[in-house]
Amino acid sequence: MAAVRIPPTLRAEVGGARELAADGETVGEVLDDLVERYPPLGGQLLQDGELAPFVNVYVGGEDVRTRDGLDTRVGELEQLILLPAMAGGAL
Amino acid sequence: MATYRELLAQVKSEIEEISTVAAHERLASEDGSLFVDVREPDEWDEGHIPEAVYTGRGRLEQRIEGLVPDKSRPLVVYCSAGNRSAFSVKVLEELGYENVVNLASGFSDWKRNGYEVTIPRALTPEQRSRYSRHLLIPEVGEEGQQRLLDAHVLLVGAGGLGSPASLYLAAAGVGTVGIVDADVVDESNLQRQIVHSTERLGEPKVASAKRTLEALNPDVRVVTFQERLTSENVDRILGEGWDVIVDGADNFPTRYLVNDASVWSGIPVVHGSIFRFEGQVTVFDPARGGPCYRCLFPQPPPPELAPSCAEGGVLGVLPGIIGSIQANEALKLVLGRGDSLAGRLLLFDALGTTLDEVTVRRNPECPVCGDHPTITEYVDYVEFCNSAASRPEPALAGGSAEDGAA
Repeated sequence: MAAVRIPPTLRAEVGGARELAADGETVGEVLDDLVERYPPLGGQLLQDGELAPFVNVYVGGEDVRTRDGLDTRVGELEQLILLPAMAGGAL
Repeated sequence: MATYRELLAQVKSEIEEISTVAAHERLASEDGSLFVDVREPDEWDEGHIPEAVYTGRGRLEQRIEGLVPDKSRPLVVYCSAGNRSAFSVKVLEELGYENVVNLASGFSDWKRNGYEVTIPRALTPEQRSRYSRHLLIPEVGEEGQQRLLDAHVLLVGAGGLGSPASLYLAAAGVGTVGIVDADVVDESNLQRQIVHSTERLGEPKVASAKRTLEALNPDVRVVTFQERLTSENVDRILGEGWDVIVDGADNFPTRYLVNDASVWSGIPVVHGSIFRFEGQVTVFDPARGGPCYRCLFPQPPPPELAPSCAEGGVLGVLPGIIGSIQANEALKLVLGRGDSLAGRLLLFDALGTTLDEVTVRRNPECPVCGDHPTITEYVDYVEFCNSAASRPEPALAGGSAEDGAA
């Protein structure tokens, strides 16, 4: 069971939640659990079964791409941060 | 009760002294000795030993530990004739400094020997008063304030993030502030863009910001670029010699353009972005080993996943917080103090009032700053962002990331 931080751009897909609990021992399993419950998330997080290139996922503050990608282990109660790029600044 | 002469003689007998020639040899040999000037401010302003640090005798005890945290560092203390500094050596020894000597014949003899003297550019009395709270901080002080006055900081965008950032940079005395922005002030900006005001509606943002900043601090020269940053003008604008770029752009093409241009010109970028209640802030400084924006986000998200603040909204105070952190980072980079956010991305959530930090690593495979770069000149950034967007699935294609100026 991990706590997944949902960025503002994806909250519409999960009924507005800022954080969701999800099951799984790896990043891939945690994301699969979320996508199963909130199917519209699928196209926004995954691409051809891999993490979409415009989304970063952090476990323990580290980008999972610098670890084992979707196979990165997620500890019990560990926080998983989903982070898409944001452009906003000035307008 | 001892007279002054007796007391001086006693102190001099208890401390170690060196000759002017020996002191000069120490300076030339760069053996790590630090010269400490304990004269009055006006004496310092007329000239001092090169690379000396200044702390008047009156604040010596208070300030020395900030200036010299290492108590084993060799110190050469001087005044004009070696008397005031003798008492200072005594005090420093009482404070635990282990290797302190007095320059026996003082700065007057140093000058008589024809040794090199640095004449500091002195702050004016008005500047001493204006920046007095900076001058009191050991990490800034007079030297740091001069650095700020000499600094050139370029802001991309005079909007939500650029407003607080530019106000604090100008207030701090950053001598040259550049602003790139093609927009005019709109009523919907004023909920957060505090460098502008109601009476400026319809005025170019760069002109409005210039008026505000120069009214705040006449020491600041504001250089305006009322244009949208593009591949065509970026080299001209960056070529004016900036120490730091503060990126507060509002669209992905500009973000990637700023990144590539700054990587190639070796200028650090203080990056901030905001959406609704969330802000991201970090420093990209590949010239000093850090990651770049493309290391963090190799590709922009599709427009549907990346609505702008114009589409999604933003809490007015959020850019105030993120833009102020950007100003803090820019000031530290100019001062060469502290630890920058290079390699760390701060995530601020205004709803929960939480601050998270994630690690950003340099990607050796990065197409721009990596070991074998594949992008070495400007690309069509609008095309780059739209093509990245259209890849995932047809439903996400379309939209435009190019609307709006920075």
